[in-house]
Amino acid sequence: MSQDQTEQEWPLFEVFIRSKQGVSHVHAGSLHAADARMALENARDVYTRRNEGCSLWVVPSAAVTASSPEEKGAFFEPSESKIYRHPTFYDVPDDVECL
Amino acid sequence: MDAVIATALRFGDNAMVLGQRLGRWVSRSPTIELDVGFANQALDLIGQANLFYELAGRLEGKGRSADDLAFLRGADEYYNVQLVEQPNGDFAQTVMRQVLYAAYADIVFDFMAKGSNDDLAAIAAKGQKEMAYHFRHAGEWVIRLGDGTEESHARSQKALDFLWPWSHELFAYDAVDEKMVRQDVLPDAETIKKQWMESLGEVFERAGLIINEDGWQPGGGREGVHSEHLSYLLTEMQVLPRTYPGTQW
Amino acid sequence: MDSKQLEAFDSHVAGEGKVEPKDWMPDNYRQTLIRQISQHAHSEIIGMQPEGNWISRAPSLRRKMILLAKVQDEAGHGLYLYSAAETLGVSRGEMDQALLSGKAKYSSIFNYPTLTWADAVAIGWLVDGAAITNQIPLCRCSYGPYARAMVRVCKEEAFHQRQGFEGMMALAKGTSEQKAMAQGALDRWWWPSIAMFGPPDDDSPHSAQSMAWKIKRFSNDELRQKFIDMAVIQAQALGLEIPDPDLKLNEETGHWQTGPIDWDEFWAVVKGKGPCNRQRMTHRRKAHDEGAWVREAAMAFANKQQQKSEKAAA
Ligand SMILES: [Fe+2]
Ligand SMILES: [Fe+2]
Repeated sequence: MSQDQTEQEWPLFEVFIRSKQGVSHVHAGSLHAADARMALENARDVYTRRNEGCSLWVVPSAAVTASSPEEKGAFFEPSESKIYRHPTFYDVPDDVECL
Repeated sequence: MDAVIATALRFGDNAMVLGQRLGRWVSRSPTIELDVGFANQALDLIGQANLFYELAGRLEGKGRSADDLAFLRGADEYYNVQLVEQPNGDFAQTVMRQVLYAAYADIVFDFMAKGSNDDLAAIAAKGQKEMAYHFRHAGEWVIRLGDGTEESHARSQKALDFLWPWSHELFAYDAVDEKMVRQDVLPDAETIKKQWMESLGEVFERAGLIINEDGWQPGGGREGVHSEHLSYLLTEMQVLPRTYPGTQW
Repeated sequence: MDSKQLEAFDSHVAGEGKVEPKDWMPDNYRQTLIRQISQHAHSEIIGMQPEGNWISRAPSLRRKMILLAKVQDEAGHGLYLYSAAETLGVSRGEMDQALLSGKAKYSSIFNYPTLTWADAVAIGWLVDGAAITNQIPLCRCSYGPYARAMVRVCKEEAFHQRQGFEGMMALAKGTSEQKAMAQGALDRWWWPSIAMFGPPDDDSPHSAQSMAWKIKRFSNDELRQKFIDMAVIQAQALGLEIPDPDLKLNEETGHWQTGPIDWDEFWAVVKGKGPCNRQRMTHRRKAHDEGAWVREAAMAFANKQQQKSEKAAA
């Protein structure tokens, strides 16, 4: 199987599915494809066989920039203390409707 | 035979035979993703066959079920075009056969879905979306292979040369088809052929493939005349219902 | 290795914390998961063959469609799992090579033949039934991508076992020939199915660590027992006889007890001496080798397109 040493592996794509109109695309998994159109078709065949979606995105995995776990503290902890961003921070009388 | 029944059987048989062929690729494809893709296309086609057979059986009124029509007719009672019974060959040959048939079925079903026969229209409306997708999928593969490596180009050209003669039969209308044209169920042969050539012309151009016309135009599928391949295909497919007649599975 | 890091990891996982791809993890944890997930993926892929063997001969349009959809799902499962394994830093190409070279293992059960239609149906009932028993706890595995893949897989597996049982029912309630076919399949698949859960607990070296890491939730024997209790009742409902003269209900525990499992046979099949090991591998290699020119062509085409668009942009 010497040919496989030289066989160029197809790039990896991340697949995002919108399950129905009105909600965001959600990450479903990844797959390999030679090009983006093939990635879309593979995603359709592999990830939406049971009507899981009405819209698909495929993104080359190499194009995703991720925050690293080491930066988790610096990135996310500052927002933990900002409880004033959450509606439950505010005490309002129960009898006011539409709040 | 009534023209609507004949038409339902012809399109049912096209779908059945091609579906049976594609199912063979599952676990044998160049990638696992293609295993999944071929299974999807086979499922679309067998689903179409099932609907066409149910309709034919109902109109015929002899109590034959879709399964009876699929599993208990011999090759001389199958009315598919010979193109779809041609062997899978290599991957290039399979996607070439698929693009030739899907381009045709896409156009025919599009017309039939708006045509005067409601039963056929309902099946065609569903089938058209499926065949449009098959055309896109197979078309892209024909382009990739045609414009890929030297080897893939050579294999694709060989596949086209091999399959092209059988494409003529798609447009070889007989009295049944002419009647369906008059009743506004099928588009006339000239119209489909023109549209078909347009769809395929673009694919072949991008793939860098050429049509080598050699004048041979095999046919006869509409009357139950077939190549040697069909009887093998049916023998395998029908083995259980034939061995155990009258059995429910 | 930093012992503090390891301690933090262990207690995070022990507290049902999840691990995601870029998180720090002990190398052993990573390697264990790579081995388990890729083996699982290979099993799905090789597992397509015994049932795929009957796609062309399925006896009705409905059965043909069900079988196609089912085998297709298994291909999908293989792909979800390969993609989960890739998040651990192993490439798809490496995993393919490990399978094709015979270095990687897959579930031994698929090294048995499907001699009749009933065998293909019995796989759905028994092998998928055993697989679900195994896989449901994996939905809570500590490694996020594996757990998520398993949630997707388990959703789809529910249909597999049901269609298998329904198919067996049609045979078991059918003609005497069909019933004999069904019994023959049960005779062939029963022991391999219960051996599928792996060696008994006292002979299962990796289990303790996997349990501590929340990769595994139940021992092999616990899962096997769960499956046996279920399958015995189902076989009774079908009116089929389980090929085990020693099978009996233990009144105290409420569990069904089987006779001794032939572990020598199990290990022989694992080591390549099953009826179909060679056939399955030859089939897989042939598909891979014959597809090489296609994969190469698609890549060549993509590279050309990219060059074209770069030129156009320049
Ligand atoms: Fe599976
Ligand atoms: Fe399954």
